Amino acid sequence: MRTAFIQELCGLAEKDERIWLVCGDLGYSVLEDFADRFPDRYLNAGVAEQNMTGIAAGLALMGKTVFIYSIANFPVMRCLEQIRNDVCYHNLNVKIVAVGGGLAYGSHGYTHHAVEDLAVMAAMPNMTVAAPGDPQEARAITRLACEDPGPMYLRLGKAGEPALHATPIDLKVGCSIQVRSGNDLTIISTGGMLASVLAAADQLRTQGKSIRVLSMPFLVPIDEKAVLAAIWETPAILTVEEHGCGGLGSMVAEIIARSGEATCFAPLRLGRTPIKVAGTQDQLRTGQGLGVGDIVRSVERAMQHVSSRMASRKRMPLCP
Amino acid sequence: MAEVQALTEICHKLRAHAVRMVHRSNASHLGSCLSVADILACLYWQTLRVDPAHPDWKDRDRFLLSKGHAAAILYAALAERGFFPVGELDTYCMAESRLTGHVTSGVPGVEFSAGSLGHALPVGSGIALAAKRTGLPFRTFVAVSDGELDEGSNWEAILFAGHHKLDNLTLIVDYNKIQSFGTVEDVLDLAPLADKFRAFRWAVHEVDGHNMEQLSGAFAARPQRTGQPSVVVAHTVKGKGIHFMENSLAWHYKCPNAEQMQAALQELADHA
Repeated sequence: MRTAFIQELCGLAEKDERIWLVCGDLGYSVLEDFADRFPDRYLNAGVAEQNMTGIAAGLALMGKTVFIYSIANFPVMRCLEQIRNDVCYHNLNVKIVAVGGGLAYGSHGYTHHAVEDLAVMAAMPNMTVAAPGDPQEARAITRLACEDPGPMYLRLGKAGEPALHATPIDLKVGCSIQVRSGNDLTIISTGGMLASVLAAADQLRTQGKSIRVLSMPFLVPIDEKAVLAAIWETPAILTVEEHGCGGLGSMVAEIIARSGEATCFAPLRLGRTPIKVAGTQDQLRTGQGLGVGDIVRSVERAMQHVSSRMASRKRMPLCP
Repeated sequence: MAEVQALTEICHKLRAHAVRMVHRSNASHLGSCLSVADILACLYWQTLRVDPAHPDWKDRDRFLLSKGHAAAILYAALAERGFFPVGELDTYCMAESRLTGHVTSGVPGVEFSAGSLGHALPVGSGIALAAKRTGLPFRTFVAVSDGELDEGSNWEAILFAGHHKLDNLTLIVDYNKIQSFGTVEDVLDLAPLADKFRAFRWAVHEVDGHNMEQLSGAFAARPQRTGQPSVVVAHTVKGKGIHFMENSLAWHYKCPNAEQMQAALQELADHA
């Protein structure tokens, strides 16, 4: 995803001189092309995220479209007050790009696990929050980031994620993508979980289950219409995210609650306990109940629950 | 330069506004307002190239007040300079007023909101960097308190500005020696402050922050040294101009009652 992002950004910077890229001394083997081609619009601010974010705000005040680039929590947590006061309060054109969202930095340990970022960024005023599901989504969101003049948080994966959309896609801010159609249950996925979700959905299809899959690349603004359609058209919703509480599941739960409909809802997400063991991203996901098999089992449980509730004619088909 | 006497009268006027504004709204931070009064008067009536009729003029000099708690006197300076009507100062901290207790953007002439400390110098450095790389001729000024130099973000920016040779950036330290809950010396001593800046590759001017000729001379130097950002360490007195507020920690917080306000206004008038 980071390669897709930087390729797209270089292409955009070729045509738009307002685009700047500011990194926090990270980006080895990723950012060099931009730095070489646009040296006057590239800046390594050093290992100093608070200053980096303030610098970006100052550049944005001068009419620049500024992309801040760092890894995992670094451009989010250390400089959160700069994001809140300098960038968001002033509604400045600063895009915060975190590479290695979720558990992508697996064995590096908890300091490098970005698993609260979506909730934190979603709480910021004026902030658009995006977590693409594959490189094509990352490209589309990078284009939108240059068109949309306000603050944006862009949570990327790392490298080597599979292309899940066969062709380039055309996104709008706040829109989701229906990747699979179906009426038995809807899985809503955000960020890098999309590949696992699609693998689970395809496995379930072989069992005759018709699963709708929504990729939700924008958490703020969230595609409320698509969630409402899922509430009305499918009897159960499963959310899947590589993140703790306060992210996709919480947002969908709020929409369900406000809809007044009683739908079966199961959020699949990380728990509140920091992961203290090493492992690859896949190993850690599996250890946390976010493997493909976990998604399949969650769908089966939810569908079973809906069936038994309907059979007993109870009014509130809530999932356990 | 504009006559020192005229600038001194402006200082008294700004101080009097601040006293009345803080009294009326039962607010605080008067001591911090009074220490920075001369600095603001020198900037807005002597140094800054700004146009109150066109606050967004793109080539204007930028001034960011980082010690956002001194909002009352910044608003007073902006109003007296013609950015908005002086009568609006009566609304300071009142319901629905845009003049909040810490500096907030949206008020004509305010470049950047401040309140939490240690924010404006990085932002000013970003503005200065953009100006330098795009060949824009304006200067950027940032004023910080001494206490807020405790913030690590400021030292990140001080390192950055020295490294990037931002000689279009001038930092002003309102060095009144008293911070929120004690003296600077007792809480986290900054001395030797000038040496610290020199070590970070800044050109340093140390001045009496209540001497208009010294301030004006230090602000006018452009750049003080090519390839280095400038800092004006302005030695000031917290509560300056009102004897019972001078060098008093309490007046960081206290609000003058009617009697104290009258005494303060009288003292300012006597020295005008």
